[in-house]
Amino acid sequence: MSQIHVTTSINGDATEFLCEAEDTLLDVLRDRLGMTGSKEGCGTGDCGACSVTVDGRLVCSCLMLGAEAEGREVTTIEGMATGDRLHPLQEKFIEMAALQCGICTPGILVAAKSLLEKNPDPSEEEVRYWLAGNLCRCTGYDKIIRAVMDTAADLRRAS
Amino acid sequence: MALDHSDKPRTFKVVGTRPPRPDGIDKVTGRARFGADIVAPGMLTGRVLRSPHAHARIVKIDTSKARALPGVKAVVTRADFGAVPEDVADVIDNCMAGDKALYDGHAVAAVAASSAAVARKALRLIDVDYEVLPHVTDVDAAMKPDAPVLHAGRQEETVPEGYSQNVMSRVEFGHGDIDKGLAEADRVVERTYRTGATHQGYIEPHACLATMGPDGQADLWCCTQGHYMVRNTCAAILGMEQGQLRVTASEIGGGFGGKTVVFLEPVALMLSKLAGRPVKMVMSRSEVLRATGPTSSTSIDVKIGMTKDGRITAGFAQLRYQGGAYPGSPVDMGSMSAFAPYDLENVKTVGFDVVTNRPKAAAYRAPGAPMAAFAVESAIDELAKGFDLDPLEVRLKNAAREGTVASYGPTFPAIGLEATLEAAKAHPHWTAPLGENQGRGVACGFWFNFGGDTCVTLNVTPDGTVTVSEGNPDIGGSRASMTMMAAEELGIPYDRVRTIIADTGALGQNEVTDGSRVTFAVGLATIEAARNAKREMCKRAAMIWGIDEEAVEWVDGAARPAGPNAGKHDPMTLKEIAAIASNTGGPIAGHYEVNAEGAGVSFGTHMVDVEVDPDTGATKILRYTVFQDAGKAVHPAYVEGQFQGGAVQGIGWALNEEYIYGEDGILQNAGFLDYRIPVASDLPMIDTVILEIANPGHPYGVRGVGETPIVPPLAAIANAVSEAAGVRMTDLPMSPPRVLAAIQGQKGG
Repeated sequence: MSQIHVTTSINGDATEFLCEAEDTLLDVLRDRLGMTGSKEGCGTGDCGACSVTVDGRLVCSCLMLGAEAEGREVTTIEGMATGDRLHPLQEKFIEMAALQCGICTPGILVAAKSLLEKNPDPSEEEVRYWLAGNLCRCTGYDKIIRAVMDTAADLRRAS
Repeated sequence: MALDHSDKPRTFKVVGTRPPRPDGIDKVTGRARFGADIVAPGMLTGRVLRSPHAHARIVKIDTSKARALPGVKAVVTRADFGAVPEDVADVIDNCMAGDKALYDGHAVAAVAASSAAVARKALRLIDVDYEVLPHVTDVDAAMKPDAPVLHAGRQEETVPEGYSQNVMSRVEFGHGDIDKGLAEADRVVERTYRTGATHQGYIEPHACLATMGPDGQADLWCCTQGHYMVRNTCAAILGMEQGQLRVTASEIGGGFGGKTVVFLEPVALMLSKLAGRPVKMVMSRSEVLRATGPTSSTSIDVKIGMTKDGRITAGFAQLRYQGGAYPGSPVDMGSMSAFAPYDLENVKTVGFDVVTNRPKAAAYRAPGAPMAAFAVESAIDELAKGFDLDPLEVRLKNAAREGTVASYGPTFPAIGLEATLEAAKAHPHWTAPLGENQGRGVACGFWFNFGGDTCVTLNVTPDGTVTVSEGNPDIGGSRASMTMMAAEELGIPYDRVRTIIADTGALGQNEVTDGSRVTFAVGLATIEAARNAKREMCKRAAMIWGIDEEAVEWVDGAARPAGPNAGKHDPMTLKEIAAIASNTGGPIAGHYEVNAEGAGVSFGTHMVDVEVDPDTGATKILRYTVFQDAGKAVHPAYVEGQFQGGAVQGIGWALNEEYIYGEDGILQNAGFLDYRIPVASDLPMIDTVILEIANPGHPYGVRGVGETPIVPPLAAIANAVSEAAGVRMTDLPMSPPRVLAAIQGQKGG
């Protein structure tokens, strides 16, 4: 079976890859491009550990085919920090101990960043519902929700 | 060197603060390497074929067509492993079925192939001839004399006659005279409680990468709670010397007890051995749910007597835990912990370990204790409310304290149960008003806490920084805690110490990360290793100053002359001593090896408000507060995190989570959509109150904190739901249909 040639942009870098028709975007990121920051917790779109954005929209990369990335702009956890400067959400998660094992953290950060870009002043309930698709088994979510709310407040003050 | 061992409470400079964790940046940038995040040159993909039957004799396995498929490099069945030592016989049987498949999802064969697609195709080409057998998945059904038997002839002599051979063993704990105590009671509650089987639900599926050469040396990378356990177990199964197998622990994406055993690792090593190439294996989520450690489902009878002023006169429980396909459910720990929070004259627990056609139960956070606490704390609540007594006062009246002879034998030293109850009573949550259809519940919980084999090495580098090597995977911030304790003891800043998790070649034996042992035992070993390094540095300073080494003390990160005859010398800092170490005898290090005892038991009290929708039976958690004794909170943010995470796992267990088996014995909800763990929108903030009653067994007073938080929630929530719904709930999970049926049954009755 011949592979599919895909031209796309990942974290702002022009990227080409070959993939099988059945490869998910997550398979491509992890196994073909070596970008293992996106995690596979379920492969069925239930846990959110593989969250990325495609043309600005938050998606589970396990539910999208790699071939569908053609001509799109994909951003992943690897694109969140700028050089040696962490994104404010990343800094806040460390500062407030909003992670324990850290496996869900990349997906939650990508999802939270996507929320704050759409809604800079979310209520606690809005944060909880936005992140309802990102499972965390360690923290009980408390410190995660607080870190997102706190970052949002910091960003509002800074803007 | 004179070390400070005075009894006065010490003040801490680093311990008790909240510095950033050393692995934080790796984990927020996606750089941290978990089990599935590694590759090796020439690596193959391994996949497992699993039984579609709950119970079946494996008549024949024909792998010839799979072996003939281009790209297939190795195929493994149980026959490849041959005979193994008795103590790992059940372990390999669980990793790769022998004569029988014992549960839906039980591994029966595995392949290593050039790609995942080829491996999947190869699995479809393996012909397994099954003779399907009758099965049993319910604990009470499995105990009946006519139940289908999983293992004939393995029942222990402790089991009385009249039970199925599925009842593997019986345990008993307690003291006093139950009948006498019950006769003294003004009221006796006798009920049966049931809990569903839940899964640890870690988000990272099991994964490993094995490389084994023809010279018998092997390397293994895997996500595990204990790479020394993986080494020892795999070496025994594969007939290797332990020193020939080097295991490196990846970052671990949650475990909660479920990664204290091996599943893929021996299979990956065997595939690699046969293929002569590295083999990587990663489970899917459905494999995780079907074939890795859930916890026991249970059925528990409780009988408790109480006087009208709230004194418990007798407590009895019979606990029946099914532990899946092999012996070893945590019913012993359930039976020991059931009444541990109380000072009772008459107490007895009897536990039965039962096998069923389900995956072998693995440890799950305070294994065995939450179900027992659910039963006992529910009955105590019912008695308290029946007498119109305050449930916190009733617990205080009966609370175990220093000197109490515990129901399971030992006499408690200083413990923190009363402190958590007093803190709960004084908290504004306790007196906050409740609305319609709302209820408040409280419950207490206990965990033993573990110590065990521990090995730490602390090296002082030539520039005066310090590295700590420990052998326990960092599952929730323990690198930070070890770094803090080393910095505290040495008197140097936190950022001058770096802690790493060493592989099995670098340190001696380390017990797995379990039982809330790490901050206690590895912390203790880290402190002692630092003390040994300090002794050495004092010795070096004494040599330089030409004085007796007993005349040197270590204060605030520097050696200082002490005592009348020490003479006058400027203090030498760690950095100054390290810089000239080569001239004073060579590199400076401290190490410590111990089988740590004195872990210090742990108690907590939880308080929860719920609202039950009388039309749907759905329960909403409105408010939750955890009160727990931490001994000494090393990094309070991570202590809070343990309290919060444990409470929320308990909320899932109480309200949603359950393994659902069909009549055919097949697991019906092997995915996160149908096995629903709590999500952010289900929950309120989880408030925490840390109590610090020092553990006399640790230099800084530390107690483990990870397990206890999952013990009280099942009962606390059941007590709250029972109050809100107006009917006593005895079965978990309290799913909406079950609560609705109870409400309607109450109305109908």
